[in-house]
Amino acid sequence: MTISIAIDVGLALLVLAVAAWIIAVRDAFAAVVGFVAYGLLLALVWVRLAAVDVALTEAAIGSGVTGGLLLAAAARLRSSEAPAANERPGATLRVLTALLCAGISLGLAVAVLSLPDPAPTLAPMAAANLPATGLGNGVTAVLLAYRAFDTLLEKVVLLLSLIGVWSLAPDRAWGGRPGPRRVVRPDGALVFLTQLLPPVGIVVAIYIFWAGADEPGGAFPGGTILAAMWILSMLAGLVEVPAISRRSLRVVLVLGAALFFAVGLAGFFVADAFLAYPMGYAKPLILVIEAALVLSIAAILGMLVAGPPERTEER
Amino acid sequence: MIAHATTASGFLLVLAIVFPAAGILLALTLGGRHAERITLALLPVGTAVAIAIACEVWRAGDALVYLLGGWQPPLGVMLRADGLSAVMLVTTSLVICAAGLFGRAGFRTPENLHEARAPLAFWTLLLGVWAALNAVFLGHDLFNLYVGLELLTFGAVPLVALSGRPETLTAALRYLLFALLGSVLYLLGTALLYGAHGTLDIALLAARVRPEPVAWVAAALMTAGLLAKTALFPLHLWLPPAHAGAPAAASAVLSALVVKGSFFLIVRLWFDAMPGLMPQAAAQLLGTLGAAAILFGSVLALRQARLKLLIAYSTVAQIGYLFFLFPLAMGPDLGHSWQAAAWTGGWIQLVSHAFAKAAMFLAAGLIAEAVGHDRIAELAGIGRALPISALAFGLGGLSLMGVPPSGGFVAKWLLLTAAVEAGQWWWALVMLAGGLLAGGYVFRVLGQLWGDANGSLALRARVSRRREALALALALCALSLGFLPLQPNALLQIGRPHAAELVVR
Amino acid sequence: MNTAALFGLLGAALVGLGLFGLVVHPNPLRKILAFNLLGGGVFLVFGAVARRGAAAGMGGDPVPQALVITGLVVAFSATALAVSLLLRLFQETGRTTLRDEDGGKP
Repeated sequence: MTISIAIDVGLALLVLAVAAWIIAVRDAFAAVVGFVAYGLLLALVWVRLAAVDVALTEAAIGSGVTGGLLLAAAARLRSSEAPAANERPGATLRVLTALLCAGISLGLAVAVLSLPDPAPTLAPMAAANLPATGLGNGVTAVLLAYRAFDTLLEKVVLLLSLIGVWSLAPDRAWGGRPGPRRVVRPDGALVFLTQLLPPVGIVVAIYIFWAGADEPGGAFPGGTILAAMWILSMLAGLVEVPAISRRSLRVVLVLGAALFFAVGLAGFFVADAFLAYPMGYAKPLILVIEAALVLSIAAILGMLVAGPPERTEER
Repeated sequence: MIAHATTASGFLLVLAIVFPAAGILLALTLGGRHAERITLALLPVGTAVAIAIACEVWRAGDALVYLLGGWQPPLGVMLRADGLSAVMLVTTSLVICAAGLFGRAGFRTPENLHEARAPLAFWTLLLGVWAALNAVFLGHDLFNLYVGLELLTFGAVPLVALSGRPETLTAALRYLLFALLGSVLYLLGTALLYGAHGTLDIALLAARVRPEPVAWVAAALMTAGLLAKTALFPLHLWLPPAHAGAPAAASAVLSALVVKGSFFLIVRLWFDAMPGLMPQAAAQLLGTLGAAAILFGSVLALRQARLKLLIAYSTVAQIGYLFFLFPLAMGPDLGHSWQAAAWTGGWIQLVSHAFAKAAMFLAAGLIAEAVGHDRIAELAGIGRALPISALAFGLGGLSLMGVPPSGGFVAKWLLLTAAVEAGQWWWALVMLAGGLLAGGYVFRVLGQLWGDANGSLALRARVSRRREALALALALCALSLGFLPLQPNALLQIGRPHAAELVVR
Repeated sequence: MNTAALFGLLGAALVGLGLFGLVVHPNPLRKILAFNLLGGGVFLVFGAVARRGAAAGMGGDPVPQALVITGLVVAFSATALAVSLLLRLFQETGRTTLRDEDGGKP
């Protein structure tokens, strides 16, 4: 067994152990902490799978942003845990479910192992068409050129989920700011961290977005890191959460999808199809769209974590 | 090697999705009462696009295709509208038009506010559901369809909880968890299919897929996930509280259209992406679950005390009829005459149920508004105060029962004759029982509506005749389908892939 | 056994674990956590498929990798919506049960 196989096996066993612990542990808060660790381990797995773009996005979203969201929720829900525990299904149901899930895992494992060799792949086709897009990173090309429609629809999905979250506000608080009033403790550790990290994080996010055209990175990892920095600042109380009725917020939220739509519709006339790029202008257009996407993704993810409005704007 | 090319009027397919989606962006940015205006302005535009697509498909006698970005599958993604998509697009736009116009009364932004919660949410979510449904009906790539499914879920779930009442919050959360489970199982199946064939384009998959373990596991996972989203028995638990708790216009859209989106994908999967791969046992299993849904749902509907819950359980039952498509319209050897009849019957059932159920939910909403509650036992005589609503409810009910003339009758007739011809007479028995049970719960309500008012009826609010007319219009659509000939329909056959072509005799 | 197959099997195991947690835990927050585990498993299967498709100088097939990135973002927004629903339910009722009068998903 070579070293790399040993590392992989060790990593896989570790991830499995943490996942089993997340399912089995009694306390919800502990489970969420375990989930953050699991996210970081998964990012390592993605690196081992030679998918660095995914690793960056998983680290930022999977453990960072999702972790923050779930930790806040677990803290607020602490008092509800004991009653819920009384509804645990009986032992027979648990055993049956376990058997069913084991069966599904087994079937899935058989399917994964019986995938054809050599594996059918679109990598050669993707590589062959890269020059037409002017990009060097295959994943960015897939996201913003070959399968741009998926990315466009996904931006609409994000916006709709934000509207859904906002719709859960009480009527009187509509238009106001999400979340409780934060008390800023100037000497606190969180504030110190927030004064240190975001400037670095913002630079890293911008670099990752810019480099994503030719290296691993792109709008999604960049946008999520930017979101994480903003969320940190909001949690520490250094930045006030914007009120949801503010026009400037709405414009930033919509900017990415709107620009994407505009370029796509222009493609009807200057190129030969919706979402097609005119010859030679593909890379600059893609970078412009990605820039707008970075801002929008950061804004949407940040507002998703902030939640529905709870208090009216103070003047 | 299949080479696709964008057909001349293919851009209409893009517009069908882009218009509602762009409407969401505009509504969110401009905010306030502009959301309502934008949606109302888009209603005729979107309907015109849908009708244009249907006319083009009929005229060309072939499917419309659009290559997005100019990239060919398997690298790129394309949209495709066959006869089936066209029918679904038109049905969707008509029901959404009715729901939008109906919702004007309930979701008007108050004069003294720039923006209010429920109106902004309702109009943008309605546009979202519309865009999602169009994306589902036009998509030709399994992952693109996954994104469309997620868009549909995120549009539908908040609509359930729009009123803010605690029981609707519970119903919405349960709905969301079921829907997410369904999506993730579907996604798992697409991962396996991509791993096995290197593409997610439906036509390319149909050419490459073979009966092997990977295909079985993938198909099983995807079907299980989509069944959870379609609320087929026994995964129907989430539907009644969710559809009953939503506001009336939203319930209409949820029962008529949203559950049909995932059903549409099950058909796309088995008839188009993996034709001829379904074992007879699986087809019979789906049919059995459908039969159980009909019987179970109808009996539970009979026992409901609240009108909206009765209608929701009726949805659970009527969805069961759709699953007779699998044992009857599918088979290793195509070319049997009953298969085309079953195909047509199944889709007419879907469309007429959409209209009828939407009409019933809107009528029930008006009744609830007028009296302040929807307890069936206390609705005696309301039909005299709201005759148009009662009529709409009655006509919708006739379609559910399968009484001529109605779309429901044509659908069930075709399915019945197909079942008998195919030698699978047990489905015919279930359909007859289902019709009787439907008659039971429909006449139970109608009896109350037109019964003697025993004096306990107090109208709390006046209901506009225009909104009653909307419910009636939808019911008349269901009725008008009853004038279709009792034969396989040519429009539904346009653009069927060659391997899955059903003979139209 | 190569890297791709190993992590594909890990994905299969995570799917089973996540599914178990989703069905068995009565607390909706644990269900949401289990759903994320389930999603992670699905993405790993995609990742295995991508790694197997390494060719033309790329370390992996970029299409499944891009699909995973899209999926990660969508899964997060689903989690956010679910958590908001749950918190609102808790605010309104003080409980986090999904069970109601006519019984629900356990």
